[in-house]
Amino acid sequence: MKNIHRFLLIFFLALNVIPVFASGDEHAEPASQETHEKEKFEPGNFIMDHIADSYDWHVFSVGDFHATMPLPVIVYSQHSGFHMFMSSNFHHGHSDYEGFSIASEGEYRGKVVEMVNGHEVRPFDISMTKNVVAMLISMVILLWVFISVAKSYTRRKGKAPLGLQSFVEPIIIFIRDEIAKPAIGEKTYAKYMPYLLTIFFFIWLNNLMGMVPFLPGGANVTGNITITMVLALFTFVITSVNANKSYWKHIVNTPGVPWWLKFPVPLMPLVEVMGVFTKPFVLMVRLFANITAGHMIVLAFVSLIFIFGQISPGLGYGTSVVSVLFVVFMDMLELLVALIQAYVFTLLSALYFGMATEEHH
Amino acid sequence: MGLVTPELGTFIWMLLAFAIVLFILKKFAWKPILSALKEREDSIEEALCSAERAKEEMAALQADNERILQEARKEREAMLKEAKEMGSKLVSEAKQKATLEADKVIESARINIESEKSAALNEIKAQVALLSVEIAEKILRQQFADDQQQKDYFKKLMDEVKLN
Repeated sequence: MKNIHRFLLIFFLALNVIPVFASGDEHAEPASQETHEKEKFEPGNFIMDHIADSYDWHVFSVGDFHATMPLPVIVYSQHSGFHMFMSSNFHHGHSDYEGFSIASEGEYRGKVVEMVNGHEVRPFDISMTKNVVAMLISMVILLWVFISVAKSYTRRKGKAPLGLQSFVEPIIIFIRDEIAKPAIGEKTYAKYMPYLLTIFFFIWLNNLMGMVPFLPGGANVTGNITITMVLALFTFVITSVNANKSYWKHIVNTPGVPWWLKFPVPLMPLVEVMGVFTKPFVLMVRLFANITAGHMIVLAFVSLIFIFGQISPGLGYGTSVVSVLFVVFMDMLELLVALIQAYVFTLLSALYFGMATEEHH
Repeated sequence: MGLVTPELGTFIWMLLAFAIVLFILKKFAWKPILSALKEREDSIEEALCSAERAKEEMAALQADNERILQEARKEREAMLKEAKEMGSKLVSEAKQKATLEADKVIESARINIESEKSAALNEIKAQVALLSVEIAEKILRQQFADDQQQKDYFKKLMDEVKLN
C-alpha cells in the first residue's frame, strides 16, 4: 500500500515537473499579445477552452508565465506526409510548425490544421491530446488499482478485505448484485461483469478526475463526446453480438402489434431498428452532456468573477465570495453526478444486455 | 460545433486503450476478484450453514439433556413420594401396633388388678369374718360371764320362741 502511494506521488510530481522545464523556452515570447487577450475577457471562449480538448496541458499561469505540459502531436497529411512533434512548438497556438498551426477561428477552432493553398485543411490527426493522455493516465490507475486488488485477493485468500480492497469490494458486489444480476439474469450475468465493472470504474474515475482542477485531473475526459461514443459503441457491439434470436425477431417482427403496422409499410420494424441505435446514442449523449454541463456551470461561476473584475477589481473580489460558494455547491453536486452517471451508464448497459439475451417463452 | 464533433484521433486512442484495458482487467483483475468473492461467499455460506447445523444439534442435545433432567426429576419426585408414603405407612402401622399392644397391656393390667382386688376382698372378708367371730366370742364371753344374765337371756329367747 505504502509504495503505491509513493509511486503515485512521484508519478504526478514528475508530470508536474516536465511542464516547468518545457515552459522555460516559452518565456521569451512577446507579452503584448497576452496582455491584449487579458484585457478582453470572453467567457464563452474561456469556458469552451476549458471544456474542449487541447494539444497541451495547461498547469498554471503566473502573469505571462504559462506552465504547460507539452504533448505529442501526431498528424498525417496527404500533402506533406507523417509528422510527429511536441505541441510546445506551437507556442500556445501562436506560431506555426512544419506548416501546421492551431486554428484560432472557424470550423476547426483549437484543432491542428495545415495551410494548403491558403485554406485550412484538417490532417489525419492522432495526436495524444490532453484528453487522450488523461484517459491513458486513468487507464493506468485503473489497471494498477485493480490488479493490485486482485493480487491481494489471491494473497489473502478467504480473508476479510483490507485497505483498497475493502473500498472497491462493496462497489463490485453492488454492481454484481444490484445491477448485473437483476438486469441481465442469474444465468448469464457473469459474462458481462468484466465489461460492466470496467465501464463503471472508468467513468467514475474520469468523472472525478475531471473535477480536479490540476494535473493529473482537469481534463474533461467523460465530457468528451468521442470518449462517450467509444463507450456507447462497446455497449452497442456487445449487445448486438450477444443478442439472441428472439431479440432480432422482436425487432423485425414485433409480436403483439397489429399486422398493418408491419405490412406493407414496415413502420414498427423501422421504429425498432431506430431504437437499436438510439439506445447507445442516448448513452453517449447523456454522459457527455451531464459532465460537460456540470463543468460549464462551474466555469460560468468562475467567469463571473472575471467579468465583474473587469468592471472594477473590488466588484470582482466581492463576486468571488459568492461565486466560490456556488462553485463549492456545484462541485458537491458534481461529486454526486459523477457517481450517478457512472451508475446510470452501467445500469443501462446491463439492461440492454439483459434485453438482448432475455429468453422469451 | 467542435464540442459535439467526435475526433478520429481520440476515437482511435480510446478504442485501443479501452479494449486493451478491458482485456487486461478482465484477465488479471476481474476474474480473480470475482472468483475470490464467489469463493469467499460460498465458504461463508457453508460456514453459516454448518453453524446453523451445529446450533440445531446443540439445541437437540440441550433438549435431550432437558428431557433426561426432567425424567430424573420426575423419578426423584416419585421416589420421594413413595418413601414418604412408606414412612407414613410404617409410622401409622407402628402406631396401630403400639395402640394394640398398649390396649393389651392395659387389659391384662386391669384383669390383674381385678383379680388382685377380688383376692384382696376375699382376704378382707375372711379377715372380717375371723375378727367378727373373735369379737362375737369376746362379747359373748363378756355377756355370759354372769350366769344370771345367761339365764335371763335364755329365758328371753325362750319367750320369743313360740311353740306352736
